[in-house]
Amino acid sequence: MPGHWNFVALALYLASLGLYLRFLYTGRRLTGQLAALALGLGLAGHYLALVARSHSVHSVPYNDLHGSLSLFGWLLGATYLGLELYYHQRAMGAFVVPFIVLLYTLGTWPGHAVPATTQERGALFALHVTLSILAYAAFALAFVVSGIYLLQDRRLRRHSPGDVVWRFPALDGLERMSRGSVLVGLVSLGAGVALGLIWQRRIQGHFQIADPKVLVTVLMFALYAGYLRVSHAGGWRGARASLLCLLNFLIVIFSYAVVNVYLSRFHRYY
Amino acid sequence: MQIVIVGLSHRTAPVELRERVAFTADTARHAASALAERCAMDEAVVLSTCNRSEVYGVRREPGPDAASLERFFAEYHHVAPERLNGCLYFRHDVEAVRHLFRVAAGLDSLLLGETEILGQVREAYRLAADSGSTGPVLNRLFQAAIEAGKRVRAETELSARPISVAGAAVKLAEQVFGQLERHSAMIVGAGEVAQQVAAQMRHRSIRQLWIVSRQREHAEDLARRAGGETFGWEQLGGVLSRPDILVASVAAEQPVVTTAMLSAAMAEREHRSMFLLDLGVPRNIEPAAADLYNLYLYDIDHLTGIVEQNRLYRERETPRAEAIIAAQVAKFQAWSAGQGTADLVDELRGRLDARRRRLLQENQDAFAHLGPEERERIDRFTEKLLDELLREPTGRLRRAQSWRQRVQQIETLRALFGLDSEDD
Repeated sequence: MPGHWNFVALALYLASLGLYLRFLYTGRRLTGQLAALALGLGLAGHYLALVARSHSVHSVPYNDLHGSLSLFGWLLGATYLGLELYYHQRAMGAFVVPFIVLLYTLGTWPGHAVPATTQERGALFALHVTLSILAYAAFALAFVVSGIYLLQDRRLRRHSPGDVVWRFPALDGLERMSRGSVLVGLVSLGAGVALGLIWQRRIQGHFQIADPKVLVTVLMFALYAGYLRVSHAGGWRGARASLLCLLNFLIVIFSYAVVNVYLSRFHRYY
Repeated sequence: MQIVIVGLSHRTAPVELRERVAFTADTARHAASALAERCAMDEAVVLSTCNRSEVYGVRREPGPDAASLERFFAEYHHVAPERLNGCLYFRHDVEAVRHLFRVAAGLDSLLLGETEILGQVREAYRLAADSGSTGPVLNRLFQAAIEAGKRVRAETELSARPISVAGAAVKLAEQVFGQLERHSAMIVGAGEVAQQVAAQMRHRSIRQLWIVSRQREHAEDLARRAGGETFGWEQLGGVLSRPDILVASVAAEQPVVTTAMLSAAMAEREHRSMFLLDLGVPRNIEPAAADLYNLYLYDIDHLTGIVEQNRLYRERETPRAEAIIAAQVAKFQAWSAGQGTADLVDELRGRLDARRRRLLQENQDAFAHLGPEERERIDRFTEKLLDELLREPTGRLRRAQSWRQRVQQIETLRALFGLDSEDD
């Protein structure tokens, strides 16, 4: 059963979502600050819920699909909050927090955690999984930022900024945020894969390259690296690169939802 | 204590009259002293902008009426009093406070929510404070007005969206590029709006500004004023790829910037975003250029439409700004009531003490048989008795929960003890 931290975190996330939406509508600075505060507190509650889950399974708290989704949501929130504090931009919260709420809800209910096997323990394994999920979170953030870029671009090209465009970051800034998120994602993914290979060699004595998850991850790496390359190139920079970033996220969903659950023998949930 | 305002603004007077009664920094200082002298003001501040001339005064005792203030205005500026008929307005006390707070917040400005007025209020106060014509009330009032203006700016979007064509143009460019410090702009032509855009971009610290005009001397003149460099008209096609922002404002029958020219320029700049403002009528940039990738083209109608949207948005923000003003006015009233309490307690005690002394003086024959020490004891005793009698009512007055309650109690006490009469 989900503990009380789960309910606290959910309530704070929902409050944060409401405040971010209100901020988007009114632009009131205090509302934005309260939204960020609620998100920060929600992340703290979520963290405590993850720790409680970890204690109950005597392992990392994401050794099943629910735990994995929950960590995905937490890392997405933490990455977004970092981005918000760095760029002083709050208008994107209304678009990111729904994903956090969705991932958190799917990850928490039903809340029975499966105890980890002996192999799924240890710092190496924990880092491998955490870095991989951090990469997914960074790609998810790039997905949202690219979506906002396309919305902003469309509004500006149609000469109808309306009420919302003035609150969004500039196109230039959105492009940099998206590239920054993808870069973080690629570094995390690369490090996560390397640690996974080392862990597998320790456990099984050899590398298992032919696993569908590994192949899809290599493809994911190539697609996002391609995005980074073309986002600077003439003729692609701007809306086309953002669209590519948006489409690239399909491979993340495929990897997470289809490959993990149905195709991979070793990678069930991460 | 009474706070009074007399003045005129764009709402009540035409520009010909406003310019007659405007104050410079020097005349503002002098006017404040003259007002204090002629109209028995204890404190005075003069606020003068291109849209308003106002005099703020405080008098502790009842003084001259509105007519004398009107006369002061007319005489000071050598304007016939009948010319000011219906143009001057007067505000007293809470209405005067509200008026100043609304002015500082830009709610009474010609361009709703403009922010320049806050600096002008601050400057008017500084001048008056430097010349020594302010006192505790106007110090507090103007500091509170500046605070109210800042709160409205920070907590509402009354001033957030531009409502001038030049302002909207620059803000849109910022929605594409972010801060303009790392970007460049080119002004083609030297029309009035183009000059305003150039000035705004310079104000935003644009990295590089180029001016291109058919008349080289016009280009050089604008470049000198806006701090830019010039290109010859014949060079236009060759340098179009350089700026991130292009502002065209030329009187021409045909577009001076074609889609083909821009297509070549975009290829040369590797399709980095470009923001174009066409302020010309007929248009200076071929409308089909808007289809080019990463190019954002706005003409004068687009900008006018956005300005109108923004103006409506500011009007929608007005109730929120008014709510902040109301809260700030209540805060000032609370302070003012607190001041009134202290004044009243001092005044009441002083008056009762005078009566006590008079009573002792009148009855000194009855104490003739007493020695100096005993008389001193009686004096101290009656003084203590007075303090004891006043302790409870003054304590209750100070502890009043709301400023409204406090004001009501002050008025009651003044009436009961006849403090407004000159009897004593």
